[in-house]
Amino acid sequence: MSKIRIATTSLAGCFGCHMSFLDMDERLVVLLEHVEFNRSPFTDIKHCGPCDIGLIEGGVSNVENVHVLREFRDNCKILIAVGACAINGGVPAMRNHFNLRECLEEAYVNGVGVENPQIPNDVELPLLLDKVHPIHDVVRVDYYLPGCPPSADAFLKILGDLLAGKEPSLPHNLLHYD
Amino acid sequence: MSTDTKQNPIAQNTITIDGQEIPFLAGQTIMDAALAAGVYIPHLCHRQGLTPHGSCKLCVVDTGSGSASACTMPAVAGQRISNNTPALNEVRKTITQMLFIEGNHICPSCEKCGDCTLQAMAYHLGMLDGHFPQFFQRREVDASHPTIMLDRDRCILCELCVRASREVDGKNVFAIAGRGINAHLVVNSVSGKLVDSDLETSDMAAHICPVGAILIKEHGYEVPIGQRTFDLHQVSEIGLEKTIPTKVRQPDE
Repeated sequence: MSKIRIATTSLAGCFGCHMSFLDMDERLVVLLEHVEFNRSPFTDIKHCGPCDIGLIEGGVSNVENVHVLREFRDNCKILIAVGACAINGGVPAMRNHFNLRECLEEAYVNGVGVENPQIPNDVELPLLLDKVHPIHDVVRVDYYLPGCPPSADAFLKILGDLLAGKEPSLPHNLLHYD
Repeated sequence: MSTDTKQNPIAQNTITIDGQEIPFLAGQTIMDAALAAGVYIPHLCHRQGLTPHGSCKLCVVDTGSGSASACTMPAVAGQRISNNTPALNEVRKTITQMLFIEGNHICPSCEKCGDCTLQAMAYHLGMLDGHFPQFFQRREVDASHPTIMLDRDRCILCELCVRASREVDGKNVFAIAGRGINAHLVVNSVSGKLVDSDLETSDMAAHICPVGAILIKEHGYEVPIGQRTFDLHQVSEIGLEKTIPTKVRQPDE
């Protein structure tokens, strides 16, 4: 039987959800008997091929996030919003109370200890969006896995349910927003 | 047998909630009777001892003749009430989602996390996402008071602080101003700031907030994440809410 193919990415996130995924520790060995990873920081594959499950960490904060998210949606049968930032924008979305110029000036011009103040404008840098969005503002999302980060047990539960062909459900002890 | 039941005054003063027969005293609401009997009806704006407010609408039950807020609807003998049903809990979840997207509830960065009744309610109802587009409203933070913090980002307009201040503390520190989406918590002082109000840390109003809108400064992380009220308890445990204000109020405050 062919393995379930999973892709993962971190958009406007901190990679904490990915670190928590790896907290499965030795259980990863068992999981890898059933799944393989496509595009992911775990593999360094740069573009998403056809996959069964896409795990998206982080919200949408710049144009590159939009492109990556759409690539995942186009290629993944099931897309899961992982963690607070993907689900509601999280901490990065706290910039939404200010306009973008205020944020950039605070960080790169007026911030404490800033030397040679200037707002970065290299062409290689993806342009920031006006606001940070949860991913369901941009693409259709099939399932949500809350947590900051979701625990390794929560990842195992939702993947285990999907591998078993069941509708994923989180028991109360695995449902956390922090 | 049915004649005997009618002649028994205790049996007459009962309602049923989800099929369970529950006694009530004259003047009690459905919520009063349910809490006294240890039956949980979800609620955010209700606290025993304060005048019922009926605003959060989480305690809406089906009374058999329509829907009503359990905290304001008087119990009437013979009412057959539906409470813990999939349909009502789905509506309650939707209400909770609306509360989340209307305010700025960033649980990972909130020091009320784990002690927050809104968060615990969302867990209870199995809320996984906000469903609706986030409002990202900019709301005013008032850090002027030396020992009490007011962060309107988290206010759900339940008026528990308004009622506690008025009815228990006898001070009238808080009120809700504005209507609809412009409704917001205001402070009764000349400057509109907490520092110029009569609020003290020994007041019930300083401790009753079910979310992280009113917080006592310098005590935020005394109880570690993971050992907080709703890390150890379910929101549906009866009597839990009574312990929260007293638990954090210190004699020297």
